[in-house]
Amino acid sequence: MVMLDKDNFSPEVLEAEGYILVDYYGDGCVPCQALMPDIEELAKKYEGAVKFCKLNTSKARRTAISQRVLGLPTITLYKDGAKIGEVIKDDCTRDSIDAMIARHVG
Amino acid sequence: MNNIYDVVIIGSGPAGLSAALYSARARLKTLLLERIKVGGQIVITHEVANYPGSVREATGPSLIARMEEQVVSFGAERKKDNIKDADFSGEIKVLKGEKGEYRAKAVIIATGAAPRHIGCPGENEMIGKGVSYCATCDADFFQDLEVFVIGGGDSAVEEALYLTKFARKVTIVHRRDELRAAKSIQEKAFRNPKIELKWNSVVEEIKGDGMVESVVFKDTKTGELSEYFADEEDGTFGVFVFTGYLPINDLAKGKVRMNEAGYIITNDSMETDVPGVYAAGDIREKPLRQVVTAAADGAIAAVQCEKYIETTFD
Repeated sequence: MVMLDKDNFSPEVLEAEGYILVDYYGDGCVPCQALMPDIEELAKKYEGAVKFCKLNTSKARRTAISQRVLGLPTITLYKDGAKIGEVIKDDCTRDSIDAMIARHVG
Repeated sequence: MNNIYDVVIIGSGPAGLSAALYSARARLKTLLLERIKVGGQIVITHEVANYPGSVREATGPSLIARMEEQVVSFGAERKKDNIKDADFSGEIKVLKGEKGEYRAKAVIIATGAAPRHIGCPGENEMIGKGVSYCATCDADFFQDLEVFVIGGGDSAVEEALYLTKFARKVTIVHRRDELRAAKSIQEKAFRNPKIELKWNSVVEEIKGDGMVESVVFKDTKTGELSEYFADEEDGTFGVFVFTGYLPINDLAKGKVRMNEAGYIITNDSMETDVPGVYAAGDIREKPLRQVVTAAADGAIAAVQCEKYIETTFD
């Protein structure tokens, strides 16, 4: 997992090529913590096909808002720097995230 | 018979955790099923000041972490699965989840309740885009921004107070001209210079392109509509909704008796109208939905399960 911050977000996500998944989480977000093992499992499953990253939004609020992310957890899939899929809050289960990736990456 | 549990508990909030603790401690073969995360609604609650003994580190997550530790130490098994269907007709109850099927001599339904939505256009589209039901999850984003809190009960006013630590201004929007929240909480809100009140108002619509940009309010007395736009420099604001709860009852629908609002009806022993099926916590019809009553329900249900299994199966 690539740890993102407000400085490397652009080069690692917006200016990068290929499929990139960003796990937006926050310091006080318990649902985000609960989801973390599932994300790590999916990172293994899609190793080589999708680059998995996570952004602590508590330390990069403006970056998150610039991506129209104002709620947690949010899991967003990018391709060549453009948003192509997103699952938000209660929809963030292992199965729904897996399905979103599979739909695009195949 | 070794793959049959004595007790399967559906839901891992305070009611489910308490039931698991009592059940496992009574040496019953116990399975606790968690849907997405352990803890239920209380883990998204910042302060739990009214649970007896909850003084130091009185947050939802810390309280739940201690309960979990207890449950594990007494030997209850835990699994993550979302139960989709159930068959309560036989002596052995069958639960069908996304990942597997579970059999049990007794079942405790502790699926709880979920926040009620406003039900207005734009609300669902803006979840995670400015609309939130969880202050501890999303407050961070609204540092120095404006926030509206919808509702007038204890949780609305308490969460409004919490949000003042982040937001520049918090406006409580309430359909009546007085709050329902406990007087002590109201006083704190009235004293807080960041909190404003918008009386006799409901949200009619939430608008925005990818995030919340404006909200249409309706005056409940005059019917007059007004639209509030985000400050140009901010570009957005928060809409936190705390307007009550709805029971999470899909799995029990048509199988056990419920009241009109969809809460499961039990007697004082937590028994539903189906032998071997119990309910505990917020999913039950009851006068007070708090951690303390949920924990009590769980304990009673587990002890009743033990008695039921003894008389029915041995």
